[in-house]
Amino acid sequence: MAKITYIEFDGTEHVVDVKSGLSVMEGAVKNNIPGIDADCGGACACATCHVYVDEAWRDKTGSMSAMEESMLDFAENVETNSRLSCQIKVSDELDGLVVRMPESQH
Amino acid sequence: MGETAGHVVILGAGHAGGTAAALLRQYGYTGHITLIGEEPIPPYQRPPLSKAWLKGEANADDLTLKPVEFYAESKIDFRPNLKGVQIDRKDKRVTLSDGSVILYDTLILATGARPIALPLPGADLEGVLFLRTAADAEALKAQVGPGKRLAVVGGGYIGLEVAASGRALGAEVVVLERENRLLARVACEALSEFFKGYHESKGVQFELGCSVTGFVGENGHITGVLLESGRIVPCDAAVVGVGVRPNDEIAREAGLSVGRGVLVDLDARTSDPDIYAIGDVTERPMPHYGDRMFRPESVPSALEQAKQAAAAICARPRPAPEVPWNWSDQYDLKLQIAGLPFDADDLLIRGDPATGKFAVFHLKGDVVQSVESINSPPEFMMGKQLIASKKPVSREKLADPTISMKEVAA
Repeated sequence: MAKITYIEFDGTEHVVDVKSGLSVMEGAVKNNIPGIDADCGGACACATCHVYVDEAWRDKTGSMSAMEESMLDFAENVETNSRLSCQIKVSDELDGLVVRMPESQH
Repeated sequence: MGETAGHVVILGAGHAGGTAAALLRQYGYTGHITLIGEEPIPPYQRPPLSKAWLKGEANADDLTLKPVEFYAESKIDFRPNLKGVQIDRKDKRVTLSDGSVILYDTLILATGARPIALPLPGADLEGVLFLRTAADAEALKAQVGPGKRLAVVGGGYIGLEVAASGRALGAEVVVLERENRLLARVACEALSEFFKGYHESKGVQFELGCSVTGFVGENGHITGVLLESGRIVPCDAAVVGVGVRPNDEIAREAGLSVGRGVLVDLDARTSDPDIYAIGDVTERPMPHYGDRMFRPESVPSALEQAKQAAAAICARPRPAPEVPWNWSDQYDLKLQIAGLPFDADDLLIRGDPATGKFAVFHLKGDVVQSVESINSPPEFMMGKQLIASKKPVSREKLADPTISMKEVAA
């Protein structure tokens, strides 16, 4: 279980408990948090679950697969701390994680 | 919100209906929401049923769109095991399958589609299966395993995904297809050829251009598929994946405009302004394609229409114009398709299919109309943007995989 803070583009914060084993994307979708679309449901096929990982958490969220890197490379508003949230697995280690959403997922 | 508060009734709790209910709450809708589903479980994702779920890499919980508590917490009255049987548009009420009547201010039809059944001898034998629902997938999973022989009738996406998962589980798989190529309705020939070769390399057998005339069995269980030639293809189970029909009868009987599905506009509104329709049940326009009407039968399209309907009901702006897209996972292949190849006068293959990493671009002049990509996210992502922008590209650059897609689009 990890407490995760999702911050919408307009600054609205959502703090929720997410079960270990789920992805950061699923934590948002299952709690009906706006700003993460996840059209493909976590298949790494659509890049509509783009988030910015708070600096302090970049190492703990692990490294990107070639597929994720290559999808993100062509998404909009990409920053050095961009990730696809469907590819970040939640564990106790991520308790306190903060992610921010881009202005749009499309 | 104000005047929009009332009662939204959603008939159908699939991907489209479940998403519409959740989006209405996200968009601040404060009225009543009733979500009526025919299946016993809350809305879930269907795509994994032929992929990760079938292979045992995902469980039922992973599949649900929202946890079951979500509906009560969000004041969405989710009512399983029920369906609408009649709409009375004058008095704005729907009769449900248990005989009860529900009143609506706004109705959303999200009744989906059902697999086409083959009206052939033996079609009712045990082991003749379809794949639409979680229950269907459960029945299929029980029939697939090491040493089992699986016949797949229909070489479309469902058929090929089931074939790939079947092989992963150790089953022997034969795919029977009426057309002379796979994915005939939905992909270009280069892709059909590629998928055939790849599946063959994984041990799948194909019979193309063959007509299935029946199913044979013993003691009520299937033992083979009968072909027109008289030959019997032996199997322990058969999956029929030959397309779907929209569940649009309730709309027809209510006098709504129906073509190849319930006709809707870009707000997902039907010919009755108080009734929306979303997902597989609809025939719909798409922003980049003028007056043409489509039945995309895809999750991205269902999600888009859920957004359109929820936005219209909550008086929010219409979502940004979408480029239609879809995907399929088979073995280690990720197919991503964007756009539709209308009016394309040429196709160009970027990369070498033999490497398992390439993309087919369909062009009209120098403008990309659609892209079909295998394990090539940059081609898909940039292709999607080029389709939306209609920006001309250099064919020479596009054909050269050593030139990055960023440079191609620059």
